Amino acid sequence: MQNILEIDGISKSFSDIQANNDISLYLRQGQIHALLGENGAGKSTLVKIIYGIVKPDHGTMTLNGKPYDPDTPEVARNEGIGMVFQHFSLFESLSVLDNIILGQKENLKKDKILERLDYLQNEYDLFIDINKIVATLSAGEKQKVEIIRCMLQDPKIMILDEPTSVLNPSEVEKLFSFLRKLSDQGMAVLYISHKLHEIKELCDTSTILRGGKVVKSCDTASITIEDLAQLMVGKAIDNKVKLSEPKQARVLDIKNISYTNPDIYGVSLKGIKFSVNFGEIFGIAGISGNGQTELMKILSGEVGTSDGNQILYHDEDISNLGINERRKREIVFVPEDRLGHSAVGGLSLSENLLLTNLWDLKFFSKGVIDSNYVNEKTVEVIKKFNVQCNDAASLASSLSGGNLQKFVVGREIIKMPKLVVCEQPTWGVDVGSASLIHNFLIEISNTGSAILIISQDLDELRSICHRIAIISNGVLSKPYDANRITPQDIALEMAK
Amino acid sequence: MDLLIAIFQGIIIASTPLVLAAVGELVVEKSGVLNLGVEGMMIVGAVTSFIITYETGSHFLGLTAAIISAGLVASLFGLLTQYLLSNQVATGLALTLFGLGLASLIGQTYSGISLDTFPILDVYLLTEIPIIGSLLFNFDYLVYLSIIIVVSVYYFLNKTKFGLVLTAIGDNHDSAHSLGYSVKMVRLFAIIFGGSCAGLGGAYLSLVQTPMWVENMTAGRGWIALAIVVFSVWRPLWVLVGAYVFGGITIIQLHVQAFGVNIGAQYMSMMPYLVTIVVLVFISMNKNRLAVNAPNCLNRLFTSDL
Amino acid sequence: MFKLQKKEIIDQSSLYTVPLIAIGCSLIFVFILFLLIGKNPILAIFIIFIEPLLSIFGLSELIVKSTPLIIIALGLSIGFRAGVWNIGAEGQYTIGALFGGAAILAFYPNNGIWILPLSFFIAIVGGILWGMIPAFFKARFNTNEILVSLMLTYVATLLLSGMVYGPLKNPDGFNFPESRLFHDSGTLPIIFPGTRAHIGFLIAIILVGLMYYLLKKHKFGYHVRVSGESPRALVFSGRSTNYMVYLSFIISGAFAGLAGVIEVSGPVGQLVPAIPVGYGFTAIIVAFLGRLNPLGIFFAGFLLALTYIGGEAAQIRLGLPNAITGVFQGVLLFSLLAAEAFTNYTISLKKIRGNI
Repeated sequence: MQNILEIDGISKSFSDIQANNDISLYLRQGQIHALLGENGAGKSTLVKIIYGIVKPDHGTMTLNGKPYDPDTPEVARNEGIGMVFQHFSLFESLSVLDNIILGQKENLKKDKILERLDYLQNEYDLFIDINKIVATLSAGEKQKVEIIRCMLQDPKIMILDEPTSVLNPSEVEKLFSFLRKLSDQGMAVLYISHKLHEIKELCDTSTILRGGKVVKSCDTASITIEDLAQLMVGKAIDNKVKLSEPKQARVLDIKNISYTNPDIYGVSLKGIKFSVNFGEIFGIAGISGNGQTELMKILSGEVGTSDGNQILYHDEDISNLGINERRKREIVFVPEDRLGHSAVGGLSLSENLLLTNLWDLKFFSKGVIDSNYVNEKTVEVIKKFNVQCNDAASLASSLSGGNLQKFVVGREIIKMPKLVVCEQPTWGVDVGSASLIHNFLIEISNTGSAILIISQDLDELRSICHRIAIISNGVLSKPYDANRITPQDIALEMAK
Repeated sequence: MDLLIAIFQGIIIASTPLVLAAVGELVVEKSGVLNLGVEGMMIVGAVTSFIITYETGSHFLGLTAAIISAGLVASLFGLLTQYLLSNQVATGLALTLFGLGLASLIGQTYSGISLDTFPILDVYLLTEIPIIGSLLFNFDYLVYLSIIIVVSVYYFLNKTKFGLVLTAIGDNHDSAHSLGYSVKMVRLFAIIFGGSCAGLGGAYLSLVQTPMWVENMTAGRGWIALAIVVFSVWRPLWVLVGAYVFGGITIIQLHVQAFGVNIGAQYMSMMPYLVTIVVLVFISMNKNRLAVNAPNCLNRLFTSDL
Repeated sequence: MFKLQKKEIIDQSSLYTVPLIAIGCSLIFVFILFLLIGKNPILAIFIIFIEPLLSIFGLSELIVKSTPLIIIALGLSIGFRAGVWNIGAEGQYTIGALFGGAAILAFYPNNGIWILPLSFFIAIVGGILWGMIPAFFKARFNTNEILVSLMLTYVATLLLSGMVYGPLKNPDGFNFPESRLFHDSGTLPIIFPGTRAHIGFLIAIILVGLMYYLLKKHKFGYHVRVSGESPRALVFSGRSTNYMVYLSFIISGAFAGLAGVIEVSGPVGQLVPAIPVGYGFTAIIVAFLGRLNPLGIFFAGFLLALTYIGGEAAQIRLGLPNAITGVFQGVLLFSLLAAEAFTNYTISLKKIRGNI
């Protein structure tokens, strides 16, 4: 088979970060090629270069033997490159059909498009009701719309960016058989992921990126998952603090959380029940958009709920208390979004420290902020949690994701809380910081704190939790022992 | 009977400027831009059309002047908000303040002069039909034009690809951009179209409704047009309903005053504004309908670098 | 075409440079405008912008006109930071004038040092009540506060007019639509004898200082700053977004109401239908020109007051229409918004790419 796309010595830097450093890669007809790496390894920059969104600083690309240097995504599409983004580029309030029409380059007649659509749906098993409004579709269906839109342009190369992060296991199976069929028909697929099992199962060839450089390109069959992991992460980081056994006494006992979402497209929660014990780390797994955000906001008190909900904390019903009343009871919260939710980019670190301490009279005298005390505490967090920054006056937006997350988690943990509720505590954080954050959480649980982690990252949950439950479409499963939960259990619960 | 016919005609004439301004703003908002400068664009249209009509004697040239001048001030708003990324609310307010000042300045020497009445479109025989003739075929051509514009906008938004693109840009400008649509250009066109419609609405005030130039003669109609867009829940044909309801309130309120109902004139004049508030509140009570129809990107900043 | 890229660190000096660039651009615009209408631009600019500063009378009038502008703008700046758009300060100002004025008239001809403070209090309550209408609907139903507050401005103007044509009309006034002149206990003391400059200006200065302190040091100011940056973070810190809606309207309503009663008990001295002269709208420009910062608002208030006085001077001396003030104010706000783009973004030229 011949090379369809050749990437030769591509480099790209953004201000002080070298995102891509001399990257070369060859994509052959009929090949499913994995592009593999941690967050921040440079995968998405490379893809954006191929798709004409970002211009490289150095290097050349060759498509079908001809020089290829796209100025816009449109050029890339015309040259036969199709892209399925991780964050969909769909129009939520329009119908599936309108979305498909908008994705076509020429003014095709509607019946012409319908005809092609019909063919695609039959050939590739991509059935979907074209009159539905996109906002009402599940994440898996939305991805189908993206794929259809892409396929209608007869691409020669299809790029998929973390396509399975929004899919449940049975949808993943369907996607894989679809991609295999494409490859059998001679299409080249560039598959971006950090999930090693998938890559091992699906891809012929793997290119592994780390720190913006290619560390290895090889046949996937010739390499073990352990070796892939090693190459992706660099040196193995496994100095994890050991989990100790929790006591059989409940800190948080949720008798019932039900919530009707006022947003008609949002997820409603149905009869959620679970409990977290002293010294226990309890994980809630699930694909995003199944009610996690809603659950988090109800647990924190940011969203009020209707009657009938019962959240017992040390036998007190806190379901009607506001977030600061809950904080007074030594509960802390770390929501998913760093910038704009748990921290404010345009304010300094010390001002951000105050964000979750407004209830604490130690920081004020008659409503006036005691800036010395705030500063002192901020410096303490920065030192203790190894936050890399200039000083307490640095703007939160000037910190890297990992450092800001360490600050946000540290700000809460330093209070030695009795209950920690966090959502995606290591989302988009580098490996080193993630492992530090995990250690903080384990350490504090060993002193008796109860910890609730809501995360999409199953590997994360399995490595630090005692028990795991799965949330799917607003319903929470029974808890499983983290050591005994099997992929089959998870698949079954997610499909419910 | 004659009185009812007069009231009906009065309502149509009072409503037409609102129809024009609101349907223009609807297109602008559909593309995801909130232009609060309708009042300013209307008054600019009113003053320029008056001056040009007075100086040339041609209503047609006057209307053309209104379209061009209001389109120009709208494009100023467009350049600032789309290319210099200024705050839409603040820029719209600036446009209103600027338009009101500019109109008073250039209209100063024309204050109090009146024009010939605007001719009624005489449709042979049809106008002669009793009652129906007076009800349907006894207006100036701008009334019919305003209805044609509304229907065309309906057709454009719902049945054409370009209309679909405009709606899509209002729904998600980042997606539209990544598909290769030129978000800023489409929005600029929409803004200029909205400005021209508002200008035409203003011209209707100074050429047809009261054929003279009076300072601040728009008297808040631009703001009511904005409210009508919300009332219509961004559906073009509902703009007609909304505008005629508001026009109706204005006219009926005047007739009630004329009947000598013993309420101060000032309190009756509050009616259109109070009704606007009540209607806005009622519309906003139904969150789901708004969520489905309101353009998602309304008043959101678009920066082209992804 | 050109491309804007958000600057990561915004130069602190832009706090001063942006307003100065905007003022410069606006002056260039009026210069050209005067040329076009055949007036000597240098003379006109001198009469409008310099001459009022050269006489005691001009300076004292500057104090009189800047007082309501500064007070209203201070109140508006809180909401504008938080993304709550009270465009109806003019209405709240009118209601403040009406309530305060009515209170003063109610005590006619009694004397007492308590009359003014009491009427100030009533005016503030009136301004708050008027502001609470859009705030309530915004908080409860998410009704557009811009349109509601603006509609209420027209209602307030009509209400004032209805009152001075009706119950508050001067019984000895030959049926003119105006109230009686306030008696001494209902009139603000003058700070510079022989001028109209009254102690309302001192109130404005105190409020500037108070606001500056609260925004910088107090919990209240902290909430305002957080909400300006991110409403979600505000909720996370324990305040609802509705809290900010109410707070913004209470403060801006109270300040506008206060400005209203200061105006009627100060320079006007009675209730007339023409109390609302656009201060509530001009204060929006003052707030932006002052970059929503209390000290900035103080200086911006002076500049915009200057355009009022200069506009009047130009009317008398050059036969220019009063509307020149409005044009200048509009251009100033436009220039300001454009100038902001140059500080928040770096602008680079790039080739045109893409088509429709």
